[in-house]
Amino acid sequence: MGQDKLMLWVICIFAALTAVPLVAILGEVLLRGWDQLSWEFFTEPTPTAYRAMKAIEAGERIPGGIANGIVGTMLMLGMAVAVAVPVGILCGAFLAENGKSRFAQVVSYLTDLLQGTPSVIIGIITYIWVVVPMKGYSAIAGSVALCIMMLPLIVRSTEETLKILPASLKEAGLALGANSARVMLKVQLPAAFGGIFTGVLLAISRVIGETAPLMFTALGCSLVRWSVDKPISAVPLLIWEFFNDPNLQELIWGASLFLLLFVLTLNLTAKYLAKKWNQ
Amino acid sequence: MESVKPILEFKNTCVSYTKQTMAVKYVSAAIGRNTITAIMGPSGCGKSTLLRAVNLMHNLYQNIRVDGEILLNGENILSMEPIDVRRRVGMVFQRPAPFPTMSIYDNVLSGFALNGIKLSKGEKDATVERCLRSVALWDEVRDVLNKKGTFLSGGQQQRLCIARALAMKPDVLLMDEPTSALDPIATKHIEDLLVELQKEVTILIVTHNMGQAMRISSKSMFMYLGELVEYGDTGMMFSNPADERTKAYLTGKMG
Repeated sequence: MGQDKLMLWVICIFAALTAVPLVAILGEVLLRGWDQLSWEFFTEPTPTAYRAMKAIEAGERIPGGIANGIVGTMLMLGMAVAVAVPVGILCGAFLAENGKSRFAQVVSYLTDLLQGTPSVIIGIITYIWVVVPMKGYSAIAGSVALCIMMLPLIVRSTEETLKILPASLKEAGLALGANSARVMLKVQLPAAFGGIFTGVLLAISRVIGETAPLMFTALGCSLVRWSVDKPISAVPLLIWEFFNDPNLQELIWGASLFLLLFVLTLNLTAKYLAKKWNQ
Repeated sequence: MESVKPILEFKNTCVSYTKQTMAVKYVSAAIGRNTITAIMGPSGCGKSTLLRAVNLMHNLYQNIRVDGEILLNGENILSMEPIDVRRRVGMVFQRPAPFPTMSIYDNVLSGFALNGIKLSKGEKDATVERCLRSVALWDEVRDVLNKKGTFLSGGQQQRLCIARALAMKPDVLLMDEPTSALDPIATKHIEDLLVELQKEVTILIVTHNMGQAMRISSKSMFMYLGELVEYGDTGMMFSNPADERTKAYLTGKMG
């Protein structure tokens, strides 16, 4: 066997190995969580430990579900997206246009650092900045933490997408006598829409599973709640709570499966859209 | 003919990318109204750089300096606002660049939209038809005006870009190798079109294609290493070049 062929085999084996964890995780969570999924699982809030214990004693399925977590996650994500998307796009546009200025280089560097900041630290900082002054845990505080985590991802994807647009597009706009703000708004950003939208989806899928920052900010709540100034639940928070309560451990897998499928769907959608828009 | 006041005049125009290197060196030339002037020369001779100085494209890049004067109807462009200059001096690029998110209709009108100029529906329709007719594209696209501009063929896209520039009624149209990305048939279309268009606009065209310069231009510039080596009637230059370097280029010994 030639050296090339041997090398090819080695590469293939290692490539297959990297796929093993995802397949194994997906299999395990599917096996354990599939039975839990039901209509109530998505529409009922978390049961109390007492109700769960009674159900277990009677040999029944644990009642209730993760509706409180789903509502909390969506509420906090919605608020985070509403702020992070416009701010991130403007910042990304600025970096793509003025990349060489000293200020832009500093901003760009800070964006990288923010992206690498451990989420637990973002959580504790948000606690100091938002929870303490507001005198309580809240959905707002949780969304601030998620927003900070999403920002660098949106900034980067906007910047990268704008940078790969042909320069002639911007020049063609300017050559018609328009100022650069209008060219950005009406030519460059619309042309970059696909890439930016994909970036936003990936940013959402990146933060939707964040648990640590929400422990310091949203805290959790066993009721379905729509108010933004009260403690609120989230799906990843529920997984942690279920793990800590012997009576609720059965519910871990259903919640995990929901989260996993949601993230996978977002990722696949992002991939599909990126491909479609790039044609 | 020489008594007519030129529409565009270069006076000792220089463009430098760094302090040491000058890409365009002391170019002086007067361009007559409603003519086509070809700018020729080997790659890197500064022809595109000279062209892009006319609509102040170099202002976009901090390190590029333009010195001397460029007069548009007697007024020095270099001391005017870029926005005012660019509305009077249109540009067509090497690669067709219709705005990908806009329909054919909106592409033609994009100059107005980008400048925040509001038009009535009637004015819009009339402008679109006039401009698409003047680039001989109207009959081909009149039924698909709402399709994206990128749906057209390369040659059609380039004609759409010319229509987009014409919509602003510029005095001068700059063209940077507008046919180098097109096939011979599309090129022929554009060349015929330009000959027609010089009735309404003065055209300055950078070209690598000597045949093209011969076919469409009345005057030609030959540039070499940033200098304007020769400027005169195209026919004269091709049959009897005054400078050895022009001769070498035209006979294929250089470039």
